[in-house]
Amino acid sequence: MEITPLTITFGIFAIFALGGGLGVVLSRNLLHAALYLILSLFGIAGLFITLEAPFLAIVQVLVYIGAISILITITIMVTRRVMGVTDSVNNQWPVAAIGALFTFGAIVFVLVSNFHGRVAAGDVPADMIERIGLAFASPQGYLLPFEVASLLLLAALIGAIVVARE
Amino acid sequence: MNLELFVWLIPLPPLLAFFIILLFTRGNKRLSDIVAIASIVLTWVLSLVVFFSVLGIEHFGETVIESAVTWLPLGPTAETSFRMGVLVDPLTAVLLFFVPLTATMIFIYSSGYMASGHYWTAVIPSEEHESPEAHGAEAHAAESDNGHGHDAEVLVDDFGQKVTRFDATAWKARFMAFISLFAAGMLILTVADNLLALFAGWEIMGFCSYALISFWHNRVYPNQPKRITPNIAGIKAFMTTRAADVVMLLGIVWLWSYTGTLNFREILYDPETLAALANPAFPNLGIGLSVGGAIGLLLFAGTVGKSAQFPLHTWLPDAMEGPTPVSAMIHAATMVSAGVYMIIRMFPLLTVGFDGHTFTPTMIVIATIGAFTALFAATIALAQRDIKKVLAYSTISQLGYMVAAVGIGAYVAAAFHLMTHAIFKALLFMGSGSVIHAMEHGEEHAHEHGHHFPLDFDAQDMFNMGGLWRRIPATAWTFLIGGLALAGFPFVTAGFWSKDEILADAWAHAPIVFVVLAIAAFLTAFYTMRQIGLTFAGEPRTAAAEEATQTDWRMNLPLIVLAFFSIIAGWIGIPVGFLGLDGIFRANRFHDFVAGSLLEHPETLQFNWIPLITSIVVALAGLGLGWLMYVRRPLRAGEEDPLLRVLGPFYNLFANKYYIDEAYDFLFVRPSQWFARNVSYLLIDRGIIDGIIHFIARSTEWWALRNKDFDTYVVNGGADEVVEGIGGLSNAFKYVQSGRLQQYLAVVLTGVLMLAGIFIWAIFLR
Amino acid sequence: MIPLHWYLIVAGALFCLGLYGILARRNAVAILMSIELVLNSVNLNLVAFWRYLAPETVNGQMFAIIVFAVAAAEAAVGLGLIISIYRNRQTVIVEDINLLKW
Repeated sequence: MEITPLTITFGIFAIFALGGGLGVVLSRNLLHAALYLILSLFGIAGLFITLEAPFLAIVQVLVYIGAISILITITIMVTRRVMGVTDSVNNQWPVAAIGALFTFGAIVFVLVSNFHGRVAAGDVPADMIERIGLAFASPQGYLLPFEVASLLLLAALIGAIVVARE
Repeated sequence: MNLELFVWLIPLPPLLAFFIILLFTRGNKRLSDIVAIASIVLTWVLSLVVFFSVLGIEHFGETVIESAVTWLPLGPTAETSFRMGVLVDPLTAVLLFFVPLTATMIFIYSSGYMASGHYWTAVIPSEEHESPEAHGAEAHAAESDNGHGHDAEVLVDDFGQKVTRFDATAWKARFMAFISLFAAGMLILTVADNLLALFAGWEIMGFCSYALISFWHNRVYPNQPKRITPNIAGIKAFMTTRAADVVMLLGIVWLWSYTGTLNFREILYDPETLAALANPAFPNLGIGLSVGGAIGLLLFAGTVGKSAQFPLHTWLPDAMEGPTPVSAMIHAATMVSAGVYMIIRMFPLLTVGFDGHTFTPTMIVIATIGAFTALFAATIALAQRDIKKVLAYSTISQLGYMVAAVGIGAYVAAAFHLMTHAIFKALLFMGSGSVIHAMEHGEEHAHEHGHHFPLDFDAQDMFNMGGLWRRIPATAWTFLIGGLALAGFPFVTAGFWSKDEILADAWAHAPIVFVVLAIAAFLTAFYTMRQIGLTFAGEPRTAAAEEATQTDWRMNLPLIVLAFFSIIAGWIGIPVGFLGLDGIFRANRFHDFVAGSLLEHPETLQFNWIPLITSIVVALAGLGLGWLMYVRRPLRAGEEDPLLRVLGPFYNLFANKYYIDEAYDFLFVRPSQWFARNVSYLLIDRGIIDGIIHFIARSTEWWALRNKDFDTYVVNGGADEVVEGIGGLSNAFKYVQSGRLQQYLAVVLTGVLMLAGIFIWAIFLR
Repeated sequence: MIPLHWYLIVAGALFCLGLYGILARRNAVAILMSIELVLNSVNLNLVAFWRYLAPETVNGQMFAIIVFAVAAAEAAVGLGLIISIYRNRQTVIVEDINLLKW
């Protein structure tokens, strides 16, 4: 296969994503894990860009990195324990590792065997973002999920306030 | 009037008296006396009514009074059932005359005799520390019902000797109860109409003889080791007669199975039955023994025991340990008479096949035993010292007379002598009881004058008596009359007529028997005069005899009554043509009456001079010789018996009863005891039976222990194991629910992976 | 072009990393972060399939945007819960939050 700039970009962002992911699950320091998460999320955003979905990349950065990661960091700060160093993993981690490995194997097997070597079917239309916007507003589109999602967010908002209240 | 009802009622009053006394009047001696005597008097009245009624019946014997009830239904009809009832025929009537008479006299005498007296036993040094009650009265202390507190006390004499003095009257009510039962048994036997009822009365008397002989059961003789105690004497009497009764029962059973009935009239008065019984019993042996004869021999065995014939005579002298009224009752009036009555009753059976001349084997056996016993017992009586023992052996001898009479076919003579003997022997025994009582009272008076206790003093030893003629004249005269009757003093005593008739019969049919009986008659007369001489004649030989007294009217009256009968009772049996005076002595009333009992009337004998002369001569000679040796020159104190010089070595042989008791002890008693102890008791009872039971117990216990082990280890263990296993399983499984979310998720992941694996394999790989 | 299966592999690996983190990490916040990883891998998968299989439609991106919203809501509520638990029990180690046990 040929090495195009796209491939290298893909590779770099993939490494960000996977490396960040590894860092999240393996790092002892929780704050480091949070930062690794941010790195991973950046990587995902970059992969979105390589997949010609810039809107999603932006949204990823805004929502995930801009909000959720900050939330996580604040929570880390609030729930920091004074006690000494403890293990970062519990005592069933071998089981988890093996399970995860097998899961990876199963997923890869199924997906790759079905979609090996598939190339892009066509081009993305130039007005994709407009279409997304219009789809959100049209009843034949995704208006309902949009409203439901906002309800969900409302519920989450109220719920978070209630739960976290003193 | 209903004679049958009266006959049924005859045995009842004494039987009721027995129960009433035992249940209600035990505590009151006087009341018990009244109950007993009233009952026997009532019976006597009833018997006399029946007796005099049947005297007036024509041809009594062909017609009889009989009444029976169905006792045991053995089949559908009345014919096949076993009936029991009463029968009065001439023989029964004779008994109904003299049995209640003598019994009444004995009852009255008993109430007087048992009203006073003591007996003494030495306190054995090893038992000195026990209470008098424990020494002798034992468990029967509760029975002492004299109401005076304890009936035994320990006394110490001038010489420091300790004795226990028992009150001999303590159990008087019990005594009256038992002799009432005894009389009831005899009467049942008398009026019975079948052998089984007779046997029932027979056995009742057997038990009562045991109870009465061993009446003073706590009396022991530690100073006289050879002397038998009342307890053992009672057992001996019962055992001996019982052994004989077993053989008799065999005879009864054989008779029943052969003829199908036990009723007297149906067997003895029925020509067909008698003919059937004449068949040979063991045809192959060729001994000429008929069935009737064989049965008769078995039944005769019962008489040998009950009437104390040789060889089962040994119990009777030892039975003298009982109170004297008992001896009178048992050995004169009733029990021994029952044995003779039975063979007289069964005469047709025993003599089946007898044609008047040749004796059957059965009759030979009976006559031999009877005659031998008569002579044998008379010889022993010669050398006895005890007044009651002389009379005991005399009874055995006279019973031998009667048995011999039956053996030679002298039916009527046997019945006659049975009656007269009962009367004068009862008289003699009661007279001897008066003598003994007098001696005991005399000894107690003498004791008060400072002698030691009468522990070794034998009040019954004739050599301690003497001179009692002056002290107790009423007793002496009546005793003399009775003694003369026993000896057969000619013409004026009843014994003469009955004995003469037996001798006449023997002379006519069996000369050998005649000779033996004549010799025995001589000896009888001799020892009777010896007895009278030693007891009454001369001077008192001991202090007790000097002070002997007897004043109780209850004891004197019966003697007088019986003395009266001893004289006149013989005159009804004067033979036909006596002394050749056919004109005066036309009919023998007794013979004619009694002969009616038999199907074939026995012939009346022709009068013969020889037996008459013989009986007169032997009686007078015996009496005379005795008078010469003991009365003309009476014995003085300390002198030995003149007979000792006459008989020499035979004296001791007679005095020791031919050592038969010792022989029996060696041959029978000791082996039985050895067998009873070692085989029955130790081997069989303790070893085998208890062994089996112990084995069963131990194996049950072993099995129970195994069950317990099973329960403990298998059941409990198993159950516990199961429970613990489940608990353990739960314990292991509880960790599944750890509350840790990630663990749950891990499990879910595992499940999902498995499902995924299945799907992949199913969809993608196949 | 990058073959589709590369994206799928990356998404799968991310998914499994997140799975491991959920199952093995002790800190509740770390578990939440792992959950975000998983959600992101799902999003990546979705977009990849959209791009390669039906690029002219909006369905793929729509789905991803809804997933974003849900993830945000869930993260917010979850973190609020973690803070509340921390207040009550002074710990965010999920192992110690095990009252529903035997």
